Formats: sequence, C-alpha cells, structure tokens
Amino acid sequence: MSAVEPVIVISETDNVATALDALEPGRVIHHHGAPITVVDAIPRGHKLALRRVAAGAAVIKYGNSIGVATVDIAAGAHVHTHNVSSERGRGDLSSTLLKDGRLAEPDDVRRTDG
Amino acid sequence: MSGAAFLGYRRPDGRVGVRNHLLVVPTVICASVVAERVAAAVAPIGTALPHTAGCGQLGPDMHTTHDTLAAYCAHPNVGAVLVIALGCEQVVAQHLADAARRAGKPVQLLAIQSEGGTVKTERRAIAIAHEMAADLARAEREPCDVSSLILSVKCGGSDYTSGLASNPALGRVADRLVELGGSAVLGEIAEIMGAEHLLAARAPEHDTARKLLRVINRVESEAMALGLDIRGTQPSPGNIRGGLTTIEEKSLGATHKGGEHTPLVDVVPYSAPITKPGLTVMDTPGLDVESVTGMVGGGAQVVVFTTGLGTPTGNPIAPVIKITGNARTAVSMADNIDLDVSGVLDNRESLEGAAARLFDEVLAVSSGKETATERLGFREFAIHRRNPTI
Repeated sequence: MSAVEPVIVISETDNVATALDALEPGRVIHHHGAPITVVDAIPRGHKLALRRVAAGAAVIKYGNSIGVATVDIAAGAHVHTHNVSSERGRGDLSSTLLKDGRLAEPDDVRRTDG
Repeated sequence: MSGAAFLGYRRPDGRVGVRNHLLVVPTVICASVVAERVAAAVAPIGTALPHTAGCGQLGPDMHTTHDTLAAYCAHPNVGAVLVIALGCEQVVAQHLADAARRAGKPVQLLAIQSEGGTVKTERRAIAIAHEMAADLARAEREPCDVSSLILSVKCGGSDYTSGLASNPALGRVADRLVELGGSAVLGEIAEIMGAEHLLAARAPEHDTARKLLRVINRVESEAMALGLDIRGTQPSPGNIRGGLTTIEEKSLGATHKGGEHTPLVDVVPYSAPITKPGLTVMDTPGLDVESVTGMVGGGAQVVVFTTGLGTPTGNPIAPVIKITGNARTAVSMADNIDLDVSGVLDNRESLEGAAARLFDEVLAVSSGKETATERLGFREFAIHRRNPTI
C-alpha cells in the first residue's frame, strides 16, 4: 500500500473514486484499508467504482446521485459515459420525469435525501 | 464593519467601484464599430460595449437588451458614459444617458445620423472621450469596506479539478465575504441542475427556494422540448474528456463555488439588480460570456472564474480573476491564469490556505491590481437572448 493513494473519495457514501493519476489495469488501490484491483485503464481525473454498482442503481459522488448505472459495473471498473446515464434534461427519452407531458412542479420534486 | 478593506471609488449613488472606466455604449449593432474605435482611442480607461442587438427585437428580449445596457451605464466600475446612437433604432439613447445621470455620472450622447456620418461622429466623440478620460484619471481611490463588494462566482472549461479544488476554494471566499456583509452571485441555471436541492435547503425563505426550483424546472423543460439529450452541451465535450460524466456531477462540483453555508437570499432575472447581502442566484445561461455579462449587469464589481481546462473570458468593465486547480493548465495556459490552487490536490496546500490566498487576491484586484484578462485585453460582452430576431 503506497503512502498516498492515487485516488480521492469525496464523501463517505460515494461508490466511486476520482483518479488523480492515470491508473493501469491490475494496479491495486486501497479504500478504508480494503484492496480494490483496477480492471480498466482509468485516465487522470476519471472515475472508478469502489464496489459493484448494479444496473439501475445510483452512482454516488459528493454524497449525491450523479446518474444511474446502465449496466452492472464491477469494482475497479472505469465509470463514465459508457456505463452511466444522466437522469436530467433527457429530452431524447419518453421521460419518467414528465407527468402528462410536463415536468413535475417544484413541490412534487422528491430527492433521495428527502 | 469588518475591518477588511480595499481601495475603491465611492460613487454618488452610494455604490463602490473597483475600476473607473469611461464606458462607450452603442445603442445598437449599427453603432458598435464606432463605439469600439472611440473607446480604443482612450484605452484602457475607455471600454466599449459592442453588441449585436438594439433593433429587431420584440418584448422580453428588447427589455433585456435595454436593461443590460442601462445597468452598465449605472455600474459603479464606470466613472463616465459616452452613448453613441445611430438615430433610428429601438433602444432609446436618452434612456441610457438618464440611467448614467441618475447614478451621478457625467454623460454625453452623440447620434451618427445627426452628427453627419461616422467620420464626423468618431472625430467629435474621440475629442469628448479624451476630455472625459482626463477627468477620470484624476479620481483617487479611497479605503472601502468589503461589505460593498458583490462577487460574481463563475466556472468554465471545468474538469475533475474544478469540483475538488478551485470551486470549493472559491466557495470559502464567498462564505467569508458574506460573513463580512458582502454578496455573491451565482448564475448558470443548467449547471445547478442536479444540485438544486442543496441550494434550496440554504434558503431561509420558502419562497426563494420555490423560485429557484421554478427557474431550474423552466430551463430543464426548455432543453427537453428540443427532444435531445442535454449531454450534447452539458457536460460539454471538453468536460467529458476531463472526466465529468453527467450534468448532475458537473453541477454538484460547480455549486461548491456558491459557498458551503451562505444563505440563498434571492433569485433574480438576467442582469437584474442584486440588492440583498448573501448569495443570489441569477437566471443566466451556461454560456460563459452571456453569464458573466448578466452578473456584472446585476452589479457585481469583480468576477472570480475557476477553470480546469483554461479559458480567456473577460468583461468590458469588471476584472475577471482566473484560478485553476489543474497543475498542467497552470503551466500550459499560464498567460491566462491569475492563481494556481492545484496544491490542494497533492497536499501542497490546504483548501483553507488556497481560499485565504484567493480572498487576498480579490482585495488586491479590487484595489487596482491588473488581472490576466485585463492585461491581454479580453473584454467580451454578450447579451442573452431567447427569441428570434424579427
């Protein structure tokens, strides 16, 4: 275990870390002492999963959802536009955000934090 | 009184400026080139507001154009105003001159059609501009309390370092300024999308939280009405290469620059006056120049602009301080960067230390220190428009 981890985890509840250096597959990083083997090449500044994220589950950074996993994401895998979908501004979808063709009113908006 | 002070220009209307420009204002696109030539003759005191509107606009867009130009004429960073009209446009030159006069500023007005053409107008306007600039050069700065500052917080060309270093450092500066009685303004509604619940929770008044959610809802509805994925522009292609995956991720990082605990006290339309101490959200687009133009129109005297990838954006009347948390950008775009806070990411510096340096830089720039954008002459100006030109 290196003295300084090459990743940063912002919030305790996050399931992704941000790589401060480019990481090669096979590199082992540690989170709370537990080893995680990097499975994809992670460019500097990109994210990797700290644990398995199931398809449809929220990807959490800054302690908040930054989108939804579109496939099962393994621990140590690259997390980016190829496997995460935004839930906002998706005019390309017949969106579940729309109620009767309109966005929910502010008072109807419910967040994961209540 | 906070004790923290800077050297500014006290204005007759009670506001405080950090610059003392002669503003040369074209009422309409047709007068823009003349205005730019006149301002260039007395640069850097002289500065122009070249724009593409002033005619061919109906309703809300016409009001936005007029109100933005009038707000710049009354702005505390402006010491005197020279209005250049064409003569047949929609924007009323006299109204712009009145806005400057009400704020207690010397003002002159020339119309190209009544002066006998552009050559005569330029010649006469440049002579007037030299006289006005000479008067402004005699003004002296005085100690002013930081509570008179309205700080525009802005980010552009964001990457993974923005949310980790530069935006949190700027947020701490916003928090400190507000604790000392000052104000901060945050724009770019699309870049609050996904983090609005965090800002709404900081509004002491329920009505302010509702206003914020309504504005965000409108912007999201407008984007969705196009039938496209907002990812075409939010995050931008450069943001995505820099490691930002979704608008939610970008927003959560971006919203840090509005502070961590500063109360959200108001939500105002584009270019509208910022009147309450605390954090105000302004309804601006994410496009950098339109956003900065609106926040300065609202009264912000100084802008701090965080960037991961590096950008040139400036403003005609307000200094724009560029900071980056990306050590490579600090080197590769050194000419465009005022402050490097990349030490936050490799433990060379604490976030609090970076914030303290940035706060000092804000006071130094407010007291007259030149920024990179001013040194390089970046004075972009763009008024937001929603509707077609008629």
